Amino acid sequence: MKYNSENWLLKVEGLTKIYGNPTQTSIDKTGPLFDSNICPDSGSIVACAQIDFELYPGEVLGIVGESGSGKSTIVKMLYFDMEASGGKVLFNRDPYIGKNILNLSNQSKRAIRNHLMGMVYQNPRDGLNFRFTSGGNIAEKLIMAGNYNVGTIRDKSKQLLEKTEVPVPRLDDLPAHFSGGMQQRVQISKAIANHPPLLFLDEVTTGLDVSVQAKVLDLIRELQQELGVAMIVVSHDLSVIRMLTDRTLVMKNGRIVEKGLTDQILQDPQHPYTQLLVSSIL
Amino acid sequence: MIEEKKFVTHYRFAFIDEATKREIRRKLLKAIAIPGYQVPYSSPEMPIARGWGTGGLHVTLAIIGPKDIFKIIDQGSDASVNACNLRNFVQTMTGVETTLDTSKATIIQTRHRITEEVLNENQIFVYQVPQPEPLRSVERYENKTRQMHGEADYAKMWVSLYEQFVRHGDIMLGAGYPVKVNGRYIMAPSPIPRWDIPNLNNSKAIHLFGAGREKRLYAVPPYTKVEPLEFEDVKFHIEDFKGTPCFRTGYKKAFLDELYYDDGSKHYVINDSNFLDKLVNKELPQQHENSYLNKLGNEV
Amino acid sequence: MQPILEIVNLNKSFTMHILQGKIIEALVDVNFSVAEGEIIGLTGKSGSGKSSLMKCIYRTYLSEGGKILFQSNEGTIDIAAAGDNEILHLRKTEINYCSQFLSVIPRVSALQVVAQPLLKKGVTADLANEKAMQTLKALGLQETLWSGFPVTFSGGEQQRINVARAIIDPPKLLLIDEPTASLDPKTKEVVIEMLLALKKLGSTIVCISHDEFTLDHLVNRRIHLDKGIIIN
Repeated sequence: MKYNSENWLLKVEGLTKIYGNPTQTSIDKTGPLFDSNICPDSGSIVACAQIDFELYPGEVLGIVGESGSGKSTIVKMLYFDMEASGGKVLFNRDPYIGKNILNLSNQSKRAIRNHLMGMVYQNPRDGLNFRFTSGGNIAEKLIMAGNYNVGTIRDKSKQLLEKTEVPVPRLDDLPAHFSGGMQQRVQISKAIANHPPLLFLDEVTTGLDVSVQAKVLDLIRELQQELGVAMIVVSHDLSVIRMLTDRTLVMKNGRIVEKGLTDQILQDPQHPYTQLLVSSIL
Repeated sequence: MIEEKKFVTHYRFAFIDEATKREIRRKLLKAIAIPGYQVPYSSPEMPIARGWGTGGLHVTLAIIGPKDIFKIIDQGSDASVNACNLRNFVQTMTGVETTLDTSKATIIQTRHRITEEVLNENQIFVYQVPQPEPLRSVERYENKTRQMHGEADYAKMWVSLYEQFVRHGDIMLGAGYPVKVNGRYIMAPSPIPRWDIPNLNNSKAIHLFGAGREKRLYAVPPYTKVEPLEFEDVKFHIEDFKGTPCFRTGYKKAFLDELYYDDGSKHYVINDSNFLDKLVNKELPQQHENSYLNKLGNEV
Repeated sequence: MQPILEIVNLNKSFTMHILQGKIIEALVDVNFSVAEGEIIGLTGKSGSGKSSLMKCIYRTYLSEGGKILFQSNEGTIDIAAAGDNEILHLRKTEINYCSQFLSVIPRVSALQVVAQPLLKKGVTADLANEKAMQTLKALGLQETLWSGFPVTFSGGEQQRINVARAIIDPPKLLLIDEPTASLDPKTKEVVIEMLLALKKLGSTIVCISHDEFTLDHLVNRRIHLDKGIIIN
């Protein structure tokens, strides 16, 4: 297996999100050195700026930071839930090779979302439609990929529920009647329904009971190994990062303050803020 | 006295002013150019309330000319109160000839039915539409449904059909079954029964839809493909009358009404009043042909 | 023959920003090389820098200045300067690291922990489990514990699993920290035998050990560290 540094799946350059009316100095006068996201001149808020990183196939990248660090913003922009203010994102899959996917038409963006990406939100209500059954939620993704056969849709949905250890008889139940952990697992089934090469996990276990959290994390780990899907895991919890990721980005005030191998970040943190975070683990 | 006042005491031809007529016609042309696409329009005030057929009336009055022959039906019947009132109104405003005979009419306005008798290339069919948005049941917000139509993102609609199948074993929509027009837009065909849906496909007539309350116009031009939404393994089907004959004519291949007669007895009678009259008079009107009806065989 | 691993002028210090920028030196001007197939023993008392040196080689620690030249299957790589992804690739294919204490995901069974390196490579579950069972058996871990969760095991049992995982898929370079700590004499011998068997298969081993018995029977050459400097 030869190493190929040009084999990246996703390349992000200068990704930026600014709220309000930015001036030339907005980016220069905000960030970890100023301990602030708010530009003193224009009052605009720099949610994130100067975000550069690469993601390789099958790799798990963690993004860690505290509230307001901009970590969820990055993922929201990559999944097109939010419009970016600037930057370039390259996705190494036909027919988008060489194109900045942030500038594609809505139709293309939707095609990327349906076929090449999956997203699991912290709150299941963001990722699932509570008026549809759990099978119906998974069906939505399968239909978007062009499956119009009810029998096939149900079979695939059952397989996916089995994979995520949701009892198959609950295929026709409404997610509102599920526990939080099971709702998350239905979300995961939906996200992997079309075997996307890239999966986003945004604080997926935050707020769950510890044992439930462990189960969901185990599942994610197993799926990652089985399917070889690349993941971006956003969390403020370093133990989740430790458990799931190969590489990590540490964020503060909308900038990346450190990036490196996860074990290096946890055992030999360089940046003062990273050292602070790591020393704060309970 | 009021008669001595110098007011304008006559109405324009077809009641609506010429500028508005022009606007409606232009919107209709746009609707025909984009089959199934809902075009917003001015929906001017009429002497009848919203929800009573203003949309259909707008279309009729915008396109009608002095030589047209006008027919109007309400749930298949020429004789209902609303049909009669609207017929009188159009007749008074335009002076055109009105008829009950489907084959003689050039413009047919309808509420919730397509005629049993086949339509020809000289006819325009005008529908009164309550809810023009087929996605309204799955998406409340207008800006989102517009985006969904624009991007052909109909997954939610399909999932709701899937959910109905899962819950009830079949898709439960009886009237107003959503259709895909010209392979692109999903359209609400107004609450016509399933029986009528196949007659939109490849029709010789122009079909114009007016939703006055919602202020939308849309159209299906002649010879356009109109397909009901169906899964590969859960197909569309029309109502099954199980071979019940019409009480008055014995005919078995038309859409039936369930009627209670004055003596309390219940009978099934053909819904389309003109079609029924013709059969009673031993005339043989030509019925629509479609694959669903053909499966029923020839029953007279 | 070029040495498989060459450390040139390696320095490592920690800047503790939380302690007002206090600097702790771990390694000072370390130079040595390892020939292919050698088994090197790093010795020295606690805090002398042995673990730090291994972690620098594995790139868990970022070193300052200096080079860590490794002869990989794809040519010479300076681990100190290589990019993150290249290091991940090396870790997956050629370099294994076995820490002093087993650090494991809480709810994975002992057998799964040991089988994981093979499964990651693409070996079928049956074969991987088979090999894992053989290895654990040879190391003397009771069969009843194979489906248990290591986090509940004793130190010695955890150590067996740790070593098993490190050696189940023979790497080009194995970095192993205290392989025989907390093991009884018999198991010590088994571990040493297994490591020598790895050497026969072509692996190079750098190991840290306090144990004289292990150092005598396993190691070709010793490198002694004191306060981050090599004393030999």
